[in-house]
Amino acid sequence: MSKILLDPTSERSPAQRERLPRPDRLDGLTVGLLDISKPRGNVFLDRLEQRLRDRGVNVLRFAKPTFTKPAPIDLRHEIATKCDVVIEALAD
Amino acid sequence: MAGVGEVPVLPDGIVVVVKQDCPTCRSVEAVLGQLDAADGLDLTVYTQDDPAFPAGVSKVVHDDDLAVSYHHHIETVPTLLSIAGGVEQARTVGWSRDDWERITGVTGLGPGLPDLRPGCGSLSVDPTVADELRVRFEGGRLHARRVQLAELEDEMEAMFDRGWSDGLPLVPPTEARVLHMLEGTTRAPNEVVAVVPPDLVECTVEKVAINAVMAGCKPEYLPVVLTALEAACTDTFNMHGLLATTMPVGPVMIVNGPIRHRIGMNDGVNVLGQGNRANSTIGRALQLVIRNVGGGKPGGVDRATQGNPGKLSFCFPENEERSPWEPLHVERGFAPESSTVTLFPGEGPRGIVDQLSRDPESLARSFATCLKTVQHPKLPIVFDAILVVSPEHGRVFAEAGWTKAKLRERLHELTLLDGAEIVRGAGGIAEGVPEWARDTKLPKFRPDGILIVHAGGGAGLFSTIIGGWANGETGSQPVTKEIV
Repeated sequence: MSKILLDPTSERSPAQRERLPRPDRLDGLTVGLLDISKPRGNVFLDRLEQRLRDRGVNVLRFAKPTFTKPAPIDLRHEIATKCDVVIEALAD
Repeated sequence: MAGVGEVPVLPDGIVVVVKQDCPTCRSVEAVLGQLDAADGLDLTVYTQDDPAFPAGVSKVVHDDDLAVSYHHHIETVPTLLSIAGGVEQARTVGWSRDDWERITGVTGLGPGLPDLRPGCGSLSVDPTVADELRVRFEGGRLHARRVQLAELEDEMEAMFDRGWSDGLPLVPPTEARVLHMLEGTTRAPNEVVAVVPPDLVECTVEKVAINAVMAGCKPEYLPVVLTALEAACTDTFNMHGLLATTMPVGPVMIVNGPIRHRIGMNDGVNVLGQGNRANSTIGRALQLVIRNVGGGKPGGVDRATQGNPGKLSFCFPENEERSPWEPLHVERGFAPESSTVTLFPGEGPRGIVDQLSRDPESLARSFATCLKTVQHPKLPIVFDAILVVSPEHGRVFAEAGWTKAKLRERLHELTLLDGAEIVRGAGGIAEGVPEWARDTKLPKFRPDGILIVHAGGGAGLFSTIIGGWANGETGSQPVTKEIV
């Protein structure tokens, strides 16, 4: 079970932290590809992975359990820990 | 079973709460049978552990989620209650033949039992489940946003990452800890305590409790923190200005009255230093509220050029018992038996060494010479000061019969500044007052600008000055509030 803390702040800013600015180049970075688990999203991500690998970029794949809900906190934490950049595929 | 937060209503008649694991409960099993068989007596037994216990009673309810025990504040089993119209009329804990017979109206109970037998602890107050029950039944009282952390996330690092810390580790504010903290006050969690600068946010008792947990406070410190916040967020104290200034100042808290000892504050050895939980965490809690609720952070609205370590936490009690004088809160119009907190806009403490003065005039001159240097020896009137007189220095005045008023009057006389010495350029120092003051005498302190308190360990001919920030209407004035 994940831990719950009570927010000590005025709650004027979002509880989740802001995204970092986009890097200018992907050289030497690890890119995470997050499949939201909609049909055929994997086709799109397979192609992206192939093209990134062709450019020598390290790629890791992740998938949400279901596209209907936000990614679980543990998955978000894993991606944030292992990757410098994440690409989330929206497909329909 | 009642819903979460809903107080289950007890049935009319006699109610007994038991657990099979308790020897006293087992020894009254036959008594419960007697009561069940008594004419016109409606008995309900709530059992905390074993649903088959007690045998021989027709109406046994398993309090498996402990809702009945929790909401009806059962601390001991067995507890016997008399209920009429859903309202408790009487209760007794443990086995007492007299009490059980008086409350039930049935005589000849437990013929083989001793007259008295103490009970056992109720499962609902078992330390291993009490926190969980509090969250289950009272978590709905808390309105703060829940921040979920990942299983692999280090909670200490997560709090730093979110910017909640003053630079030191924090106690994670879990629901259980915050509910426990709120037991330190009778005020409702959603009651607004103050509008906190710089963002001017309405701050509830709950938000103060969350920050007090993080600071490391115990629940009994919470009333001091709440009162300090009220005092800080007044126009008179001007917390906004004190925060925003480039000067190295912050709120300094002096606690007076019986609460000092009730919550275990240290007014003796190392009174202004580290090592006492209450001294160290109460001031920190106030600063965390200003940081987290008010949004006042260094580099943001806090523009201090250098700051001072007291901005982490600066709180101490006066040693009233050994003082030769009336305590600070009495001087400021409060009853001796009241507890108060006084907020002063102050910098870090600096020592005064005088190991040779044995008469009060000599010691007053030492104090005055040091007090003249507050902020700058050539700057008059603008800054107040706290003089913390140690026991050994205090004794010099006590033995000579000097009252606090007399010492203060003498300090004002001795700190009068000679205009020629403090005009700009005098002594080869550009800082100073304008030339018009050359032929005048200017007071170093305004009439109520020297606060004198008594604190410290029994050995050492040293006292302390805590210099102030810009005083008066445009700056900050000391504020004293009663802790209720």
